[in-house]
Amino acid sequence: MALNQIMPLVQTSVELGLITGLTVLALFLSYSMLNVCDLSTDGCFTLGAAIGGIVALAGHPWLSLPAAMGAGMLSGLLTAVLQTRMGINSLLAGIIVNTGLYSVNIAIMGGSSQLNMNRTATVFSLAKEALQGTALAQQYRMLVAVIAAALVLTLLILFLRTRLGLAIRATGDNPAMVSSSSINPVFTTTIGLCISNAFTGLSGCLLAQYQKSVNIDIGSGMVTIALASLLIGGVFFGRRRIPARAFGVLVGAVIFRLIYAAALRMNMPSFMLKAVSSLIVILALSGPYLRKQGGELIRRCRSRKGAM
Amino acid sequence: MLELRRISKTFHPGTQDERIALNDVSLKVETGDFVTVIGANGAGKSTLFNAISGTFQLDRGNILLDGRDITWVPSHRRSRVIGQLFQDPMKGSAPHMSIEENLALASGRGGWFSHISRRDREDFRERLRLLGMGLEDRMEQPVGLLSGGQRQALTLLMATFSKPQLLLLDEHTAALDPGTAEKVLELTDKIVREDHLTCLMVTHNMQSALELGNRTLMMNHGRIILDTRGEERAGLTVADLLERFRRLNGAELDNDRMLLS
Repeated sequence: MALNQIMPLVQTSVELGLITGLTVLALFLSYSMLNVCDLSTDGCFTLGAAIGGIVALAGHPWLSLPAAMGAGMLSGLLTAVLQTRMGINSLLAGIIVNTGLYSVNIAIMGGSSQLNMNRTATVFSLAKEALQGTALAQQYRMLVAVIAAALVLTLLILFLRTRLGLAIRATGDNPAMVSSSSINPVFTTTIGLCISNAFTGLSGCLLAQYQKSVNIDIGSGMVTIALASLLIGGVFFGRRRIPARAFGVLVGAVIFRLIYAAALRMNMPSFMLKAVSSLIVILALSGPYLRKQGGELIRRCRSRKGAM
Repeated sequence: MLELRRISKTFHPGTQDERIALNDVSLKVETGDFVTVIGANGAGKSTLFNAISGTFQLDRGNILLDGRDITWVPSHRRSRVIGQLFQDPMKGSAPHMSIEENLALASGRGGWFSHISRRDREDFRERLRLLGMGLEDRMEQPVGLLSGGQRQALTLLMATFSKPQLLLLDEHTAALDPGTAEKVLELTDKIVREDHLTCLMVTHNMQSALELGNRTLMMNHGRIILDTRGEERAGLTVADLLERFRRLNGAELDNDRMLLS
């Protein structure tokens, strides 16, 4: 395959990787730092897309970004309240919110499961106009994706270094320590989930404007895709410090998209995306366990032989 | 300073597992007191500490700290003025965070959005040096790499960093090897003295119960059965304590971790 055929594919993968990478950064905060598996991610992603879409359709493309983040934050607040104040298991809290958001999202889109933004001004079309005539005119999508990813990444890294960020990390790292310290785990969990869901909402909003449409299924399976990206990033940057790990998370998201694009080129049907992401998550999560089991099995076999 | 007014706690009331953990306990601790607490298994020592730190709510009675009724204050609020150490060194610090990050959390300095400043770092380094364990040169390493003794010493530093009104030590050296335990105990004594902390310490070591501090409590079946200080305490030996226990209780002191010498 010629280079001029590959390059557009790579470019699209990087753009998509960076945009969905915001969701992966959200999971980096909730899953890796706070140790909460937030299963409301799918619904929240769609929520951000729907709210962002409606606001953009109303003629406010810039406003769509904070609106999507605000909506995500509210969704995170609800998930947090369910698990910290109402005694609902954290996984279940996420699933419940996720289910409820399906109806909310359709309601936001005016009872329809689809929004078309083909002729709507979006942050991407605004960037395109602004860059017209410059050398970067063709790169407007990439530029928006890079700026969004860089901003969120920087904010997250700075936030994790604050006292509040440290308190959130401690909440996930050692609950026993937190329960006997002046950190209020209810507070840290709530703040953590609000921030991570704001990122997820922003991510959904940007993806919808990128592909100029919102579909009620735009977020489905996003939590698994994001987890797969998170774990891929962890393979390369897992043992480094926080800034490198957060950066690695974005790299993981891009790598995931590249693998997916390559698989598509090799005639994998596009509906296999979710099966592939599930497989990656299964392999990455079960790997350490299976390796340990395998090691024990080998040792057991050897000691049997030795006994005979 | 600390006043317990007839506090009671029963666990699993109305079930087969019902256990009266604290039975009408009253206690007054003066500012600057260093009280050692001994007792048999299940005597209520840890329950007493957990009641003071607010792990659970009392069935009856009140707890006052510096004249303020804290009976209904949630535990994370109490933790601002009450430092705590447990037997398990893993309980007091976050393993994947660095030494300085753990200290920054414990120092309670600055607002929610403040960062660790250079001055903080210098301050942490200085305090860590006092431990004499070389931790001041490892401030950026994750706490999970430290040994149990180092980690407990760090926890001690964290718990006392902002001079708590009250320090609760619940057998905090019991899980350490004898040499390390002694070192951590020396550090404890030094910090409590120098910072003039008010401290309650549960210990399984009868000798240190008498040597350290200025007052000793003995607990059994959820009650304080002996409270000794001053000259009376100065004249006591471990054998006297055991004899006292037998006389007050009609049974031998039974504690599987108890060190008699």
